[in-house]
Amino acid sequence: MSETNSIPGATTQDATQEPPGGDGPVVEFKDVSITFDVKPILKDISFSVDRGETLVILGPAGCGKSVLLKLADGLIAPDSGSIRIFGQEITTMRERDQYKLRAHIGIVFQESALFDSLNVDDNVAFRLHEEHVPEAEAHTRVLEALKFVDLEGTSDKLPSELSGGMRRRVSIARAIISHPDLILYDSPTGGLDPITSTTIIELVMKQRDVSHTTSLLVTHRLQDAFALATHRYNTATGGMTPIPKDAAGHNVDQSTRFLMLNEGGIVFHGNTEELIHSDDPWIKEYLA
Amino acid sequence: MPLPSPENFIKQKVAAVQEYSILTGTALSDIFSGPHYWADVFTQMDSIGVGSMPIVVLTGFFTGCVLSLQSATALKEFGAISKTGGLVALSMVRELGPVLTGLMISGRNASGMASELGSMKVTEQIDAMRALGTDPVRKLVVPRIIASVVMLFFLTIISDAVGIAGGALVSVNLMGLNPQTYLADSYRSLVYGDVIQGLVKPLFSGFIISTVGCYFGMKTTGGTQGVGRATTQAVVVSSVFIIVVDFLVSRVMLVIFGG
Repeated sequence: MSETNSIPGATTQDATQEPPGGDGPVVEFKDVSITFDVKPILKDISFSVDRGETLVILGPAGCGKSVLLKLADGLIAPDSGSIRIFGQEITTMRERDQYKLRAHIGIVFQESALFDSLNVDDNVAFRLHEEHVPEAEAHTRVLEALKFVDLEGTSDKLPSELSGGMRRRVSIARAIISHPDLILYDSPTGGLDPITSTTIIELVMKQRDVSHTTSLLVTHRLQDAFALATHRYNTATGGMTPIPKDAAGHNVDQSTRFLMLNEGGIVFHGNTEELIHSDDPWIKEYLA
Repeated sequence: MPLPSPENFIKQKVAAVQEYSILTGTALSDIFSGPHYWADVFTQMDSIGVGSMPIVVLTGFFTGCVLSLQSATALKEFGAISKTGGLVALSMVRELGPVLTGLMISGRNASGMASELGSMKVTEQIDAMRALGTDPVRKLVVPRIIASVVMLFFLTIISDAVGIAGGALVSVNLMGLNPQTYLADSYRSLVYGDVIQGLVKPLFSGFIISTVGCYFGMKTTGGTQGVGRATTQAVVVSSVFIIVVDFLVSRVMLVIFGG
């Protein structure tokens, strides 16, 4: 990672894109349930995420982690319950109004979901083009975003010409280019080799520690989750370094919390130390 | 494979009609309100209109040729070979031009729309578009509807023209008909109602092709197999719809303009 990388949106926020919602939780789920066909996926899920917090969502495959993320972005609607994003109820919101709200939300999909007929430049600039941002400004912001993910020089390439890791990084660049106040990562390291996974986690960490963006991260890789909890981004070295113990003896990132799902319900919600010291036999087995 | 229960089968069909109606209703209302993606409209016009020219010209031309050949042979027995031009022109303008063009464009473009949108759906690109604050109906469906309706109108005119020209070629060169007789009879036989009828049909066909193609694309599930299924369904359903609507429009037009 280049240590001189600037962070898109770290220093400036569009005046027209002030985050709504005030000081309340950025994400708030209350008794949310959803069933596909006859199979309940999520049952009475309630939790909240405060501004600047990173919530790592863990759980076995098929427990509803990705569904939860899509619910948070309003891409699917729950059968019951309330979902408030920036204080606004999205379950009853019209799709047209949700598009406006999504201007404050970035999402990284499990399989990147890049537009395969557009090159990297146009993929990253998609939202800016939709907002009719002047071409010169859009180009500058695309270069900044690509520099952030260390992918300069790939502007003209099509997604099919990129590796899985590079596609994931383009997806992150596309998510952060609009300076979002909330980022949703859906298994950003899924299917990647360990070295590329570390690069992606460093980018997530960089966004967390430099821009302090609120985020929800779905993963089933414990090493990624604990790397986020126990490391911070070092701008001097351009990589992640272990968090030293503070005066209270904590060496974990206090803004990173965990939510564990199993069989459609929440089995744990708390910070890193509470998770490690949990007496729940299922959690112990999962972490083992 | 177990047979689906009649109740579930009917529910599925009713739900499909409901989803199709909602999609077309939303798209129609989006046509009359901004924002519009004109660049995408012109791209689709190029793909649907210019891209389909070769098959429309070839189909129209040889349809006119064979129509002329068959009708001239039959008319010759009654000593009415001079009426070949009128018969070819009437058939092409009223029925064969609009219907065959619709079916050819359906095979080429309804399948293309279903597979393109279907691939986008199964790879989460449609969800990504929504997540990036863009309405996929406005961005993907509306440009295809506008482009299909506009371009099918002009493609039908081209098909009619080359069909009549093909008929002339066969009548003059193979059947020994005077070219002026052929063209004069063609012109004389067509009345205002025939032309209106022939030009109204492609508007419906274009709408059917684009909405059916987009509908099956947007509701694709089940990976690459699902994309293949959506493509086939789009061609089959749009082709059947085109012929059914052709009958209905013909009936209405004959009532309005007379037989």
